Amino acid sequence: MAVIELREIHNYACRGINLEIHSGELLVLLGPNGAGKTTLLNVIAGLTEYEGSVLSDGMSIDKLPPQKRKIGYLFQDLVLFPHLDVASNIAYSLKVQGWPKEKVQARVEELLELMRIKHLASRYPRHLSGGEKQRVALARALAPSPQILLLDEPLSSLDLQTSKYLRVELKQLQRKLGITTLYVTHELTEAEEMADRIAVIQEGRIEQVGRPEEIFFYPANEKVASFIGAPNILQCEQTRSLDQGLAEVNCGGMNVILPYDGRPIQRIALFPRDIYLSPLKPPGPEINRFKGIISEINMFPEGVRLSVKVKDNQLLAEMPYQVFEDLGLRKGQEVFLILKLRRIKVYQGEPR
Amino acid sequence: MERLRRLKPGWGILPVAIFLAIWEIVARLDLIPGQIFFPPFSAVMQEFYRLVANGVLPSNFLSSLVRVLIGFCVGSLAGLLVGTLMGWKELLNRAFSPLISLLYPIPALGWLPLLMLWIGINELLPIAIIFICSFFPICYNTATGIRSVDENFVQAARTLGASNLRVLLTIVFPLALPTIFTGLRLEAGMAWRVIIAAEMVAIPTGIGALLMKAESLIRVDIIIVCLMLLSLMTFSFERAFIYLEGKLTRQWS
Repeated sequence: MAVIELREIHNYACRGINLEIHSGELLVLLGPNGAGKTTLLNVIAGLTEYEGSVLSDGMSIDKLPPQKRKIGYLFQDLVLFPHLDVASNIAYSLKVQGWPKEKVQARVEELLELMRIKHLASRYPRHLSGGEKQRVALARALAPSPQILLLDEPLSSLDLQTSKYLRVELKQLQRKLGITTLYVTHELTEAEEMADRIAVIQEGRIEQVGRPEEIFFYPANEKVASFIGAPNILQCEQTRSLDQGLAEVNCGGMNVILPYDGRPIQRIALFPRDIYLSPLKPPGPEINRFKGIISEINMFPEGVRLSVKVKDNQLLAEMPYQVFEDLGLRKGQEVFLILKLRRIKVYQGEPR
Repeated sequence: MERLRRLKPGWGILPVAIFLAIWEIVARLDLIPGQIFFPPFSAVMQEFYRLVANGVLPSNFLSSLVRVLIGFCVGSLAGLLVGTLMGWKELLNRAFSPLISLLYPIPALGWLPLLMLWIGINELLPIAIIFICSFFPICYNTATGIRSVDENFVQAARTLGASNLRVLLTIVFPLALPTIFTGLRLEAGMAWRVIIAAEMVAIPTGIGALLMKAESLIRVDIIIVCLMLLSLMTFSFERAFIYLEGKLTRQWS
């Protein structure tokens, strides 16, 4: 499979993008709407103008028209050809490339099998459900065995259940085929679940590229941190194993209990929305509950962010404005914090 | 209402039959004075048989039919070709569009005097009129149809390896068919309307000419025979295109 390199890509949406997609990896291009994600896919596909260079296995493909670039492109709105049935949609690329009839048929069979849509072969796109359309579009993109697969928010049009199910399947399929894949999304959880590596793109610039846990625990700058939800990142030491797959770690004076798999815990990340505040001492066992002082209150359109000093740490907590009003919190007030056990992210990799 | 809607299409014949019966009775009872100006349906049918038997109707009908078929086929093929090129290549669209926008609104019959002088009164004249009457609307509809195909389909086909020509032939043209057929259908009927007018004014053979002769001989029955034939032809031409369009696009559009 091909290595794709982007060198200094400039156009109306890209501001000097350098990126390398390793052979066989699934790289997620993660960024907010309007960051230039789709434009970058179109650059690779040759569907839009750009300056700079796109290399496939070290060879420039800038001069090649889209039909010669050997890409499989799954468009955000799928763009199945409405006048062709499912089998003909899948066969399209093979027919226009002049494959002999029997080979086309064999390949179409193979893809129908692979995507488990054999029963749909003679249906027209308007008679397909969202998930079915998705499979057909993917089969069509994969038909000519492209060197790179471009997926533009492939699951965004589906309902949550179908999307979760297809996500796993898509990842397995990508592994199985070992195809170099660039996957565009604005969904953090989707990115984390799918990615071998994540490239965070904002305003036409790549802000950071790395494994999902690197992005979470070592955000390269403010922009990345704020896009992934401004997590509180705590340095931890002294991992003490408890039973039932849990461990206690000391993070700047706070003893936090976490899920544990035996490797030492380097850092933990807590998202502000996953920290609950209460002016009164909450009932129940005292696990992952701490006392702190509110040191700062900031209003945002999305809600209220409170900075709370707990032992040696400054933690950021977030809540809807209404809740903030109801709790009647003030600067300098003593509050109790509850950390949601399941929501704590753990970094167990090598220290950097 | 629901019960009426469920009736088979064949029942459309019923109102026609009732209309014919009333016509026959009114004419027979001589409610309107002057038999020759208002012959009963049966008399019209008798005249129809007579005209068919002595060959007057078939020969005039065939001349009209041949003119319509040649003029319409050549005109719509040319319209399809030019329209496709205009829809596909922006440059050609820029070049031809202003010209066509100015020529298109001229009623086809308006060209008649000019063509009579240029071509003279011969077989080519009615064909040229039908050509003009078919070419402009079909060209226009085709160009519009091609241009309205979503650019995403074109891009998708490109990434799947299709050359420009293949994209045009396998994606864009088929997707433009519904719009193109709207033009074809309307113009197939229009061709009959125009040929009759042209024959009435300028050409000595054909159904239109027969109509004018019947008028000068005060043969209302012959006039009605011609009108019924015209109604049938226009109706079946338009129906033929509706059928063809359904065949080609029903499964997906």
